[in-house]
Amino acid sequence: MAKVKVPRKSTSVDMTAMTDVAFLLLTFFMLATKFKPDEPVVVDTPSSISEIKLPETDIMQLTIDKTGRVFFGIDGQKTREDILQRMAKIYNMKFSPEEIKEFSLQSTIGVPMSQLPQFLKMTTEERAKANFPGVPTDSLNNELGNWIWESRLSKNAERKELRIAIKGDRDANMPTVKRVIAVLQEKKVNRFNFITSMEKAE
Amino acid sequence: MAEIEGGGGGGKHKGGKKRGKKLSTRVDFTPMVDLGFLLITFFMLTTSMNKPQTMEINMPDKNVIEEKDKTLVKESQAITLLLAKDDKVVTYFLKDGEPSTPQIQNFGAKGIRTTLLEENRKRNPLLDSIPVYKGMLNKGIITEEEYKARLFDIKSFKNALIVVIKAADNSKYENLVDILDEMLICNIGRYAVVDISDSEVEMLKTVNLN
Repeated sequence: MAKVKVPRKSTSVDMTAMTDVAFLLLTFFMLATKFKPDEPVVVDTPSSISEIKLPETDIMQLTIDKTGRVFFGIDGQKTREDILQRMAKIYNMKFSPEEIKEFSLQSTIGVPMSQLPQFLKMTTEERAKANFPGVPTDSLNNELGNWIWESRLSKNAERKELRIAIKGDRDANMPTVKRVIAVLQEKKVNRFNFITSMEKAE
Repeated sequence: MAEIEGGGGGGKHKGGKKRGKKLSTRVDFTPMVDLGFLLITFFMLTTSMNKPQTMEINMPDKNVIEEKDKTLVKESQAITLLLAKDDKVVTYFLKDGEPSTPQIQNFGAKGIRTTLLEENRKRNPLLDSIPVYKGMLNKGIITEEEYKARLFDIKSFKNALIVVIKAADNSKYENLVDILDEMLICNIGRYAVVDISDSEVEMLKTVNLN
């Protein structure tokens, strides 16, 4: 009987197809990525069955964390510059062009106006470590109200309608939440959104 | 490496003639693929695909409403939910201006949802037709607009349950969102978030939830 010779096959695998797929996926993820804006506080939002998606633009976000601090954030660099100038006028403060530029890059602020220049001097690393007191909301020094009001007054060409979203932590205490809602109502905002996460199946 | 040299290349030629080495034209792709997948992993982990969800809420206007513009509702039509501490809800009805005995309930499907659905069904006979319409929508018998219009009609039925939500200071934000969620689940069209009154704080004391 003749011996069956097993033909020697090359062990080399053609990597081209795999490379193609890898880079296709890479391109997809690179284009689809939108980096999360760094937030000064971690907020664990409550869940709901609501399926309305939050638009990405024209959003004012009020974050309430576990300890009852309130943070203010608005999108759009131009808008932020404009709002800072309006706020500076109210509180008789002067900001240098560099400070205004720096402010326009901040997605969220959680300091009273008096500490704002100091906050703008900080580096990104310092900010990550810093423990911010939050924007004051009490009726004597209602800075949150002014931020909201000035944001609503600020006219920006491309802005259609400013939506206001409250992003609260599950364990945020009710008096703070009520206070924020009361401030919104004082500023004639009766329609707003609560940011929630997807409901887990029960 | 994915490739193993299969002989060839440069061997000694017997003829003594010197020839240039034949170099393989193949390039090893392995490191490139490695890099590709590394970057994919990086972008996959950093990317945030899902947009946050929101819940819309309308608050009543702070301005004082004139007496003639006020709509009066039957006492028996409105249920009051007090959000108390430890994730409890206290419910009561008004009868002849006096609150009924407060009932303590939990959140979730077995607690407050059962009560709300039951009370709403008593007052809104059309409520049970919602799942029917939903089924028709899924089968494509009615359009999304039609479904929404019908849902709206059912929800705003004049005798339907009206819910008054009052949050005590020691409740949590999660409770508020949960209860608003129940409004959606139970198809309650008319509800309002109102400040808690002193008498209700007293009431919470009587059930040891202050």
